[in-house]
Amino acid sequence: MHTSVDWLGLFDHFLLLSLLSVGGAITVVPDMHRVLVEQMGLLTETQFNASIAIAQASPGPNVLFVAVMGYQAAGLAGAATTLAGIMLPSTTLALVVARWGHARREWRAVQAFKAGMAPIVVALMFATGWILTAKTPGWSHVLLTVASAIAVWRTRIHLLVLIAVGGILGAVGWV
Amino acid sequence: MASESGPLARPRSPRELFVAFTLLALQGFGGVLAVAQRVLCEQRRWLTKEEFLEILAVGQVLPGPNVCNVALMVGDRFFGWRGAFAALAGMMTVPLLIVLAVTVAYSEFALDPAVAGALKGMGAVAAGLIVGTGLKLMIALRVNPMGVTVCAALGAVTFVAVAILRWPLVWVLLGLGLLACLYAWKRLGAVAPLVNPQER
Repeated sequence: MHTSVDWLGLFDHFLLLSLLSVGGAITVVPDMHRVLVEQMGLLTETQFNASIAIAQASPGPNVLFVAVMGYQAAGLAGAATTLAGIMLPSTTLALVVARWGHARREWRAVQAFKAGMAPIVVALMFATGWILTAKTPGWSHVLLTVASAIAVWRTRIHLLVLIAVGGILGAVGWV
Repeated sequence: MASESGPLARPRSPRELFVAFTLLALQGFGGVLAVAQRVLCEQRRWLTKEEFLEILAVGQVLPGPNVCNVALMVGDRFFGWRGAFAALAGMMTVPLLIVLAVTVAYSEFALDPAVAGALKGMGAVAAGLIVGTGLKLMIALRVNPMGVTVCAALGAVTFVAVAILRWPLVWVLLGLGLLACLYAWKRLGAVAPLVNPQER
């Protein structure tokens, strides 16, 4: 399908994006679009958007959308290239920093970091929920989002049950 | 919630980490964070809510997928690099195979309105799961040295900046994060410096 894929360029670019992806790989999606769709022409617009939707509808971390993009662009080798590229730098860095911080967990600076960041991290979870909900027009799905938030918070209903209910309500057209 | 008190447990082997993270990743549709919190803090009881929030804070500030960073750090804490690798491999391997299979199948069903509707419904619930997990973790802020009022104010400003004004996350973390850490530093100096907020 694709006779000439610039493998090294693809890998390099995802290595770079990995180090820029504060907040998760989803934050560098605009730049992936620039490279994969506009610059390299490896993916169509539809394939690009479908990659994100597929990964979100599948179990597992959302970063797997990067593998779906690689797969659609250049098969299994493409998936391996993009996923390895997006994971290697950030995981190495996370491991080094976590060890550094854990070895110094009694330091006032490390404790100040943890305490200072805690409310921001919680607020970011609310912001993520808001952004995911607000981008879809209409109101019925907002009700579903609020209901499932309360269910997670206040009950022990299995999370898969909640997801299944959402899927069924959506399939019959109530959302 | 009686089952949440009592001593913490720990995984017996990297293999147990691999299995636990595989199972929790497979339950995570539209994001693994909500499941990770429930499994690690409530079911397996390997971490307190405060520890989870701390690890998540580091995972959030560093580049890379948050939940993968969390898996890595949790695994590393128990079994060093072997644990880190086991947890991350558990998080990624089986879900990767599934998502590639779904990609192959997707082209067949992409235009079916029921499939599109189901995806929309699952997406709405997934957003709710993240919000609900945030609501649950709020309780950990009670023991924050900055105090509840400052935490609430910081949270509100963060939310407005990211969700409403759509400022780039990097700048929010650098700007608000730095302010918050400086204030926390000051507060930690004001109270007795040896009091550890997450004493166990």
